[in-house]
This record gives sequence, C-alpha cells and structure tokens, in this order.
Amino acid sequence: MQVYLPIAEVSVNAFLLLGLGGIVGILSGMFGVGGGFLMTPLLFFIGIPPAVAVATEANQIVASSFSGVLAHLRRKTVDLKMGTVLLLGGLLGAAIGVQIFKMLKQLGQVELLVTLCYVVFLGVIGSLMFVESLRAIRRSKQPVKSLPPRKHHSWIHGLPLKMRFRQSQLYISAIPPFIIGALVGILAAIMGVGGGFIMVPAMIYILGMPTKVVVGTSLFQIIFVTGFTTLMHATQNYTVDAVLAVLLLIGGVIGAQIGTRLGVRLKAEQLRILLAIMVLAVCGKLAFDLIVQPSELFSLGGGGH
Amino acid sequence: MIRLLFISLLLVLPVRAEEVVGALSQNRVAITANFDGSEIFVYGAVKREAPVPEDAGPLEVAITIEGPSEPIMVREKQRKLGIWVNSEAVEVDQAPAFYTVATTGPLEQIISATDRLRHGIGLDKVVRLVGAPSNIDMPERFTDAVVRIKKDQGLYSIQERTVDLTEETLFRTTIALPANLVEGDYRTRMYLMRDRDVISVAETTIVVHKSGLERLIYNMAHEQPLLYGILSILVALAAGWGASEAFRMLRR
Repeated sequence: MQVYLPIAEVSVNAFLLLGLGGIVGILSGMFGVGGGFLMTPLLFFIGIPPAVAVATEANQIVASSFSGVLAHLRRKTVDLKMGTVLLLGGLLGAAIGVQIFKMLKQLGQVELLVTLCYVVFLGVIGSLMFVESLRAIRRSKQPVKSLPPRKHHSWIHGLPLKMRFRQSQLYISAIPPFIIGALVGILAAIMGVGGGFIMVPAMIYILGMPTKVVVGTSLFQIIFVTGFTTLMHATQNYTVDAVLAVLLLIGGVIGAQIGTRLGVRLKAEQLRILLAIMVLAVCGKLAFDLIVQPSELFSLGGGGH
Repeated sequence: MIRLLFISLLLVLPVRAEEVVGALSQNRVAITANFDGSEIFVYGAVKREAPVPEDAGPLEVAITIEGPSEPIMVREKQRKLGIWVNSEAVEVDQAPAFYTVATTGPLEQIISATDRLRHGIGLDKVVRLVGAPSNIDMPERFTDAVVRIKKDQGLYSIQERTVDLTEETLFRTTIALPANLVEGDYRTRMYLMRDRDVISVAETTIVVHKSGLERLIYNMAHEQPLLYGILSILVALAAGWGASEAFRMLRR
C-alpha cells in the first residue's frame, strides 16, 4: 500500500515503514537507545529527504521511548532522580549544540562532520563495550574466585554536591551526571539523535549504574531531548512529517513493548555485547561509505546555499 | 525571455496552413494520501485550411510536460585524505521538478537544433546553468548530473516514438506522472513539425495540487508550526501510552 507523505513529498510503502518502525522499536526497548542512529540512515536509503528524516525521526523516538519508559516504570527500573539530573545537563548541552551546529553550517561540510562524529563515537564506544562485555561473559563462565570490590573510590567520589540515587544504589556527586548529560546533549544536537547510544555506556562505565536501571533512565531523558528537538525542527524548518511519523511510531511503540520484554530475559552482558555489535556494524557501514568510491559522485540539494 | 521574443515573432509571421488542437484526459491532478502516480492521456488533431503541399516532408509531433522549475544545488564528492567529501558545489539555475518529451520519432531528427533551442525542447535545454562560477572547469558535468539523477528517480524522460500519429491528422499518447510529484503547474505543450521546423504549438497546463488530509497537514505545518509541533509530540506520547496499555491488557 503506497502512501504519499505530505511534507517529504514522496510516495512510500506503508508496510515498509511499519516494519522499519517495529524493528527499531524492538532495539529501542531492549537497549534503551532511541534508535535514531539506525533509523535516520535507513530513511535516507528509502528516499526520504535528509532534513525530513532527521526531524521526523526525533518525533518517532518520543513515542517509542515513552512507550518503553512506561514499561520500565512499572518494573521500577527508572531512576527518576538520576534521569532529571542527566536531563538538566542534556537540555543545556542541546542548546549549546544547536549553536555549534549553526556555526558548522556556515562553514559548510556539516554532513561530513556529522558522519565523522558518528564513525568516531560509534567506533570507540562499540569497541570498548564489546571488549568489556566479552570479558564479563568469560568471567561469569569461570567459577567465582573472589568478588571484585564493588565500590572503588575514584576522583568522582571526592566531588561535592553528593546525592543519593536509591534506584541506582549510588551515593555520588551530581556533577558527573550533569556533565555527561550536557556532553551527550551537545553531541545529540549536532548528530540529530537522542544520544542513547552514548548515554547508556556512559552511565554503565563512568557512573557505575546497574545495567537494568540504565535502560529505563536513558529512555526517560531521551523523551525530553527528542521532544525538544521535534519542536525546534517543526517551528524552524517545517520538516516534521506527521504521516511519516505516525507510520513509524505505530511500528515503533509496538516494537518497544516487545523489546522491553525481550530485554528482561537476556543477561546484562549479553544485552551489552549485542548493542556493541550493532553499534560497530553501523560504524563499519558509515566508514565504508566514506572510504569506498560512491557510484554517484554528485548529489542534489535544495536551492540556495 | 527567449520565449517572449519568439511569441512576438510569431505574431509577425504569416499564419501557417496547419494548426495543432490538443487536449488532456485531465487538467488537475490531486495528490491524496494514497496517491500512487497518475496517467495523463494526451490527444489532439491537426486543423487544416488547405491541402498539404505535395513537396512537404512528413508531419511529426512532440509533446512535452514540464514541472515547476527552480534552482538546485549540486555537490560533487572528491577524495581528500582517503575519504570522499563534498568539494565543489554549483547552483544550477533552472531545473524543472519533472520533464518528459514524447515524440513520433528521434528528437534530434524531427526538430532542428535551432528550433529546439528556440522552443526549449529537450533536457539539455530545460536544465540550464546560466552563470557558472569561473573557478570551476567543465560546469556541464553539474547539469549532466542533475539530468542523470532525475532520470534515475523517474522524473526526467525522453520517450521517442511513443506518440501515435494517424493519417497525419490524429495523434495520441499516454504520459505517466510518477508518485514522487511536487505541487505546481505542469506546462504541457504540443508541437507540430514539418521538415524539422516547428509549424504550430498548443499549450495547456496540468495543475498538480495536494488535497484532503495531505493539504490539511501541509498547511498546518507551515501556517501554525508551533501548534503542529506540539500536536506531533502529543500524538507520539498518546501512541506510546496506548501501546503500553494495550500490551499490559494483553498480558492479563
């Protein structure tokens, strides 16, 4: 069934969009990532203009992460306090990021910079997670000799403004999560994604939050960041396509529910290694496209500069 | 400009013996939610005041449909430091959103180069780069790229020998409009040629417009963007909540 998208001005197959939304929704519910880093390139591929794809994708992520968060809230795997601290940082970061994006746009080459950003961040995070979770899996297979010290004191614990995060079983300063939120917010605004794929590993490895709480908390703050992004795109660029969004989010919200349930069944290390593989695969594809000669060297953009 | 000049010339020229009269199966195309492209049936006849001179060459017909034209930015990738990056960019001044030519014979053979130029028939005439930046050599590669990419998207085509001409009087053809149309006026012209010269032209317009839900959404997105954005988010939240509740009920 073909559907004509009023803002994107192209006709696409409705079932294809429902399917894409569903797959990305499953990943979103499982890993706590918005799925933007997967969906946006997929939308480019089926012929949606990039500006519309990025803006509409943000709107779809609002739906799938909200659906996911509700499931996590019921299971009490959302640290609202931690989420709020991250979010405050995130909004500040997003505001800074939008300014940086404008500056880059004036210099040209935004597209290249965004792709390079993706390759570097996906590559680094993916490899780190992959190695770490492999080790964790090996460790869990060997008989337990002695438990590693659970709370290792580092510079993070010496900072002021200490807060107790009950759900995460942490008693740390609010400064590191705020800074992480801000950094992710900057990147999210530049790269046009929710930033879950950066946030999730940061929460696990830097803040030391338990994996089960990380997913729900990440989704919680993604809702607000992507909601903000949607509003910005709708009012400044008029590029949010309601028909495209609805098709994607119907698939997305259903997928997110399935994904959340699948995620509960998997072990934390398995969950992490799967996410690492996915991140590395996307990184590999983007790097490949940069290095190999494209079949069409020319591309058409809108009028003007 | 060239066209205007030509029209004024036409008025001075003596009335030709043959005149084209044509029509379309539809002059309006409504883009609705399930728009999947459209077929336009173009037909017409040749009106004659006097018999055809015996020494005249065969009659030929060309039909063009040209969508709204606008400047388009074309970027070329080049390899720098091992990766492919956008390097040179040229703004092609005029490129129609859609262009097709249907003819009774090979385009180059039925119309002379001068008349093709004068009437602007052919892809090389409608995709134009007027003021190419002087620091770019071979600017034609940018217009060629526009033609190549739009042909791949099914937006540009040259359909030779697809017009049926009966007894040098009646002609007809079918032109497919693809699903990825944009709104605007699509100028449809019918040309009659003898001895590679254009002897008569008829023009009409197909209006392509969004309608129904498509129209509503498009207008709202542009006229009330804040409300539209908030509604989009609310729809997203409602869908997320709906799915969550539905699954909870399913589990019981």
